[in-house]
Amino acid sequence: MSDDVMTDEAVRAFARTDDEAELRKIAQVIRRDIVRMVATAGSGHPGGALGMAELLTVLYFNGMRHDPRDPGWPDRDVFFLSNGHTAPVLYATLARAGYFPVAELGTLRQLGSRLQGHPERGTLPGVESTSGPLGSGLSQAAGYAHVLRNIDQVRHRFVYTMMGDGELDEGNVWEAAMFAGKYRLGNLIGFIDRNNIQIDGATEDVMPLTDLRAKWESFDWHVLEIDGNNVRAVADAIGLSKAVSWAPTMIIAQTVPGKGVPFMEYDHRWHGMAPSPAQAEQALCALGGVA
Amino acid sequence: MSEYFLDPNVLTAPLLEPIRFGFGRGLLAAGEADERVVALCADLVESTRMHLFRDRFPDRFVEVGIAEQNMVTVAAGMAHAGKIPFTSSYAAFSPGRNWEQIKTTAALNRQPVIVIGSHAGINVGYDGATHQMLEDITLMRVMPGMRVIAPADSLEAEKATMALAADPAPSYLRLARDKTPIISTPESPFEIGPAYVLVEGHDVSLIATGTMTYHALVAAELLAGQGVSAEVVHVPTIKPLDEDAILASVGKTGRAITIEEAQTIGGLGGAICELTAGAHPAPVLRLGIQDRYGETGDPAQLLKKFQLTGPQIAEATAEWLQRSPAAHRSPTHTDAE
Repeated sequence: MSDDVMTDEAVRAFARTDDEAELRKIAQVIRRDIVRMVATAGSGHPGGALGMAELLTVLYFNGMRHDPRDPGWPDRDVFFLSNGHTAPVLYATLARAGYFPVAELGTLRQLGSRLQGHPERGTLPGVESTSGPLGSGLSQAAGYAHVLRNIDQVRHRFVYTMMGDGELDEGNVWEAAMFAGKYRLGNLIGFIDRNNIQIDGATEDVMPLTDLRAKWESFDWHVLEIDGNNVRAVADAIGLSKAVSWAPTMIIAQTVPGKGVPFMEYDHRWHGMAPSPAQAEQALCALGGVA
Repeated sequence: MSEYFLDPNVLTAPLLEPIRFGFGRGLLAAGEADERVVALCADLVESTRMHLFRDRFPDRFVEVGIAEQNMVTVAAGMAHAGKIPFTSSYAAFSPGRNWEQIKTTAALNRQPVIVIGSHAGINVGYDGATHQMLEDITLMRVMPGMRVIAPADSLEAEKATMALAADPAPSYLRLARDKTPIISTPESPFEIGPAYVLVEGHDVSLIATGTMTYHALVAAELLAGQGVSAEVVHVPTIKPLDEDAILASVGKTGRAITIEEAQTIGGLGGAICELTAGAHPAPVLRLGIQDRYGETGDPAQLLKKFQLTGPQIAEATAEWLQRSPAAHRSPTHTDAE
């Protein structure tokens, strides 16, 4: 599978849009990118990445204040990807937004690539933080949000972070949850990709998360529960979260792991396994692309 | 070689002050000098001397509670937002507990988080092995992109703190709890990087860091009385190591003894052996904690138990010199006598 296969969509940056159909289309393009990237690399994490396509799409093409031509724009909103193993969805989103050439997606995980197996800040435009070891994105986002809200008194910028649900097993997450509640970080908007799977199986078998809404509310967070594969629901949740200035918001986004690829959906074995070339063709067909 | 300006009373009646006190003053000064400086603490504000900063700059101080992993990761986020964060706790907990977070979100992430590990070493005393951090030098110097600094006294800690704020990058600053002798003076230089030759000699290099530099000075004085000429090299910056200064000294003396209040495995002793083995092979005796944990006790008694007092270092040096021939010395440093 050659690099130019990445470019079957018109290779231009998609623009910010409020159009639901356009957002759905972009999410689907990103999903096709993910399948090609992981298949070409021969390793990676397609399951969670596919399920998160709408979340990243709405953030980068609708909700967030950013400028792909100026990744370091001092007035931008900032996004911390905490579950760094879903890097393919971040990379595809950044490329489709215009941060770097789409063709570069084909270099994922290759020696010398800027698309490291897990995101590393400093090499690829748009990557705000190095991540991979789980549990540390929320606290970095909280630190950034605390500076904006409580030290520099900047009110118009927002800080976003994305966590996997299995990631909530990590103690660092709950230290950050207490911190953000204490400092009333109303400019902090978190997402939990609630896809119910992790490497060893179902989240509720590996380590039950039980009532996530109650947990976050008890830490003084504002909590929303949405269908994370519905672009309208995601956009509405982001808008509402921005309006809640007195508390941080956690958006518990129910998503389908492996979304759009029937043989991957809901199957935890696709958390960290690359499809074979034949499987990738099958997946691309299911996603409406040219195999 | 720049003059170090040792305190003239260091061997007779040194003033005593905990090294951490200098950090507290330095942080306050750094905060005055640069409004980007912020401070985070994990429920140990007064004992890590952050209260001076907190009381002066309450809006720039962050109490994170007993959560060291959160402390450094919040700090990384604050650094990304343009701040220069100092995090403080006991070294046993930070970097003892949050090493991976420091690596991933500060060092690898290229964020200038400055980790303060107070109460390092056996001088913590009565709190015992769990609280006597002895592995921190080893843990931190193995991390790419991390600077490791262990000041000799409170005055040097004050200067080091200001130097770190003025040149923000991922860093570890090692402090101690107990009152220890002040060896330097306000005029003494401090820069991140250089090692300082405090006493010149030609029989052996005593290479020390942190609290042990004072004891190396005492040992050198005692050795001089026995006709042994010991050179004392103070290494406040363990990483990046001042290789030229170390090699110049070992090239001159042909033998080195490293002294640290920490595990010798991978610590200063490890660093010196790694350097000399490749560049100038020479016998090295590593004094410090020898692959065991600390224990409860009076700090002074513990120092004796671990054979790290000046007289014990002198004794160990004299005994070792008897049986360890010096390596080839550099031609430019052959004995003149």
